[in-house]
Amino acid sequence: MINLETPEYLNNLRSSMNNLASGVLRPVSRKYDICEHEYPKELDIFRGMSILGRPKKKKNDSAADDKSGGSSKTKKGINLSTVATIEELCWGDAGLLLSIPNAGLGNAAIAAVASDEQLERYGKKWAAMAITEPGSGSDSGSITSTAKLDGDEWVLNGEKIFVTCADRSDVVVVWANIDKGAGKSGIKPFIVEKGTPGFKLEHLENKLGIRACDTGTFVMDDCRIPRDNILGSAEVSKDVEGFKGVMKTFDNTRPMVASMATGIARAAVDFTREKIEESGIKLDYKKNLNNVSSIEKEFYLMEANLEAMRLLVWRAAWMADNEQFNNVEASMAKAKAGRYGTLITQKCCELLGPLGFTKEYLAEKWMRDSKIMDIFEGTGQIQHLIIARNVLGYSSKDLK
Amino acid sequence: MICFSLSEEQSMMKDTVAKLILNNIKDNVHEMDEKCFIPDEFIGKFHELGTVMSIIPEEYGGCGFGSSPVMNCIILEELAFGDMGYAFAAGLASLFIIPIIEMGTDVQKKKYLPAYAEGDIPIPCPLAISEMSFKFDPVQLSTKAVKKNGSYILNGKKCFVPMAEKARFIMVAASLNGENNIFIVDRKNPGLTVGEAEKNLGLNTLGTYTINLENCEIPADDRLGGENGIDYDRLLQKTRTALSAVGTGIARASYEYALNYAKERTQFGEPIASRQAVAFMLAEMAYETDAMRLLTWKAASALEAGRDAARESFLAKIYTGDMAMKLTDYGVQILGGHGYIREHPVERYYRNARGIAILEGMAIA
Repeated sequence: MINLETPEYLNNLRSSMNNLASGVLRPVSRKYDICEHEYPKELDIFRGMSILGRPKKKKNDSAADDKSGGSSKTKKGINLSTVATIEELCWGDAGLLLSIPNAGLGNAAIAAVASDEQLERYGKKWAAMAITEPGSGSDSGSITSTAKLDGDEWVLNGEKIFVTCADRSDVVVVWANIDKGAGKSGIKPFIVEKGTPGFKLEHLENKLGIRACDTGTFVMDDCRIPRDNILGSAEVSKDVEGFKGVMKTFDNTRPMVASMATGIARAAVDFTREKIEESGIKLDYKKNLNNVSSIEKEFYLMEANLEAMRLLVWRAAWMADNEQFNNVEASMAKAKAGRYGTLITQKCCELLGPLGFTKEYLAEKWMRDSKIMDIFEGTGQIQHLIIARNVLGYSSKDLK
Repeated sequence: MICFSLSEEQSMMKDTVAKLILNNIKDNVHEMDEKCFIPDEFIGKFHELGTVMSIIPEEYGGCGFGSSPVMNCIILEELAFGDMGYAFAAGLASLFIIPIIEMGTDVQKKKYLPAYAEGDIPIPCPLAISEMSFKFDPVQLSTKAVKKNGSYILNGKKCFVPMAEKARFIMVAASLNGENNIFIVDRKNPGLTVGEAEKNLGLNTLGTYTINLENCEIPADDRLGGENGIDYDRLLQKTRTALSAVGTGIARASYEYALNYAKERTQFGEPIASRQAVAFMLAEMAYETDAMRLLTWKAASALEAGRDAARESFLAKIYTGDMAMKLTDYGVQILGGHGYIREHPVERYYRNARGIAILEGMAIA
């Protein structure tokens, strides 16, 4: 039965996460926006806290799970709790959220496909994810990095860019092709430990926003890793999860990115509301839009869009919790939240006037931070493609 | 607990109303729109579903199942998917009896409800809220009521009153000492005159009228809720939520029509939907229609929980008001020149959609 009332447990979770965000993240938000490549030591308190529930693999569930009393099924409501948590922490600071130790995108991939033995070795390490290459962005099937088996070792070659937590992570999940002739089916993930010879962090980027998290480039030059470090099967076949596995990881993470956008936008909206109300305008959610000032009208519309973003995110997460296929809903959430998070933070700066342009306040930072949410883990345009193909029943050949 | 999917009961009702629209309305709506008229039998078809009967308490001859704002929104979206005017016409009975059941005095319930439990097509009893001013605001009414010698005197002008010509009673929203109230006015009251049918941009199927209240004297008993009046804000929350559901239905109608058209219309040797310029508009229509529905259901869920839904219903209405216009615009645009011709329904959706942001009090959740 349709019921979109926020349950009490979720409200409690949101408010405790908001306390964490305002107590720990907000106070150092500007500091790490300025000191871009410095590790935010304040985040150490998150070590060992499993704040961000990552989807656990389904079959052959690890003994660790059973020991901790977990069931072999996804913990009930974990996706919804996670997106709610992410929104609150991003309300604090999105760049810092992305820098929370051991909660990298690589950890999501490891949690989803690692063997028990690999989990033992790498389950507690901070894992970054390296997919993108200079010539391969949205078209991640076209990556050119290679892995060749030589005795008991894989030999990796290639260049990976835009790796989040490049410097701070312990290991990197690197995607490379083991059989170029096989195309996408040859693409496999490998766990590469930092310090492995031939694996070099070439440089760290200077970015528009989310500067608190480090983003870097790796060069692999005959980088040799143990044969056991391949994630999943080394078999090259269309039926074997490899490249499809990457895409599945994104089904789960798209609502998370969308909730990051929601959190940043809400930070901007909350700050704008505070300033509007300080000026003596009372927002009563009653009067016809023709009878309110232009600032009020724009504010109300932003708030409605913010609500729409959150509801689309929550729906996608709720579906995942209830084991419903949510591929298109995940893209809808990301398409809407990515774009409108960008627009809302821009609009807040506009409504705030000088307060929105000065670095004295964080509004300008939120406008910079928000932009990435419409770009990484599938640009808004890619999300539109996914949605359009789905509603039209078109293949990627029918709609390019 | 939070839930984003329909219950069996909800999806059965949705399917039933969808079937009614498909079998009776879809093929006739163009003609109805041209003739500005809905045949009684079509309204009767909706009443046969028993939705009105089910919410009337047993003591007044109904089934006493109570009314669910979420269910009302599901029904209204399906009705509006067929036609906005038809949705309002079919929902008119609920718009009269729900305020009476929830806010009326025992005397008022006894007086008005039994007639609606009989199952025939009810005589329309519309709600008159809108006033012809660009600054019209349902919370700042120009129509005034004053108490005089134990009765109330109403003065003012209302517009967009559905089916006022055929009405038995009209619920009039008026301000009494700065408090907004609803007064039940007999159509035959000498102080009330119904004007000519209005000619509007859209909403053609539903005849709307202006009414004039000139020293219209009504008995004290006919103030909804009696001496204490009513929770007018809550009534407004319910009507705003309902209008959001209607907006969602229109937007969805435009989206689905454009989607099918874009797959069939061939230019440059392939369907126009295979070009991103069109496909991306359709993608946007898909998720925005969903967003409209979710905001509507969010407000309806708050109402259902008995919680104040001022913020949720307001945000739903302004969002759906904006989006209904945007998406129906897309609908016309995707059809191009053909969208401009009245043989295709997208031009009607476009005209009707403008009403969502403007109208108030046309339906209830």
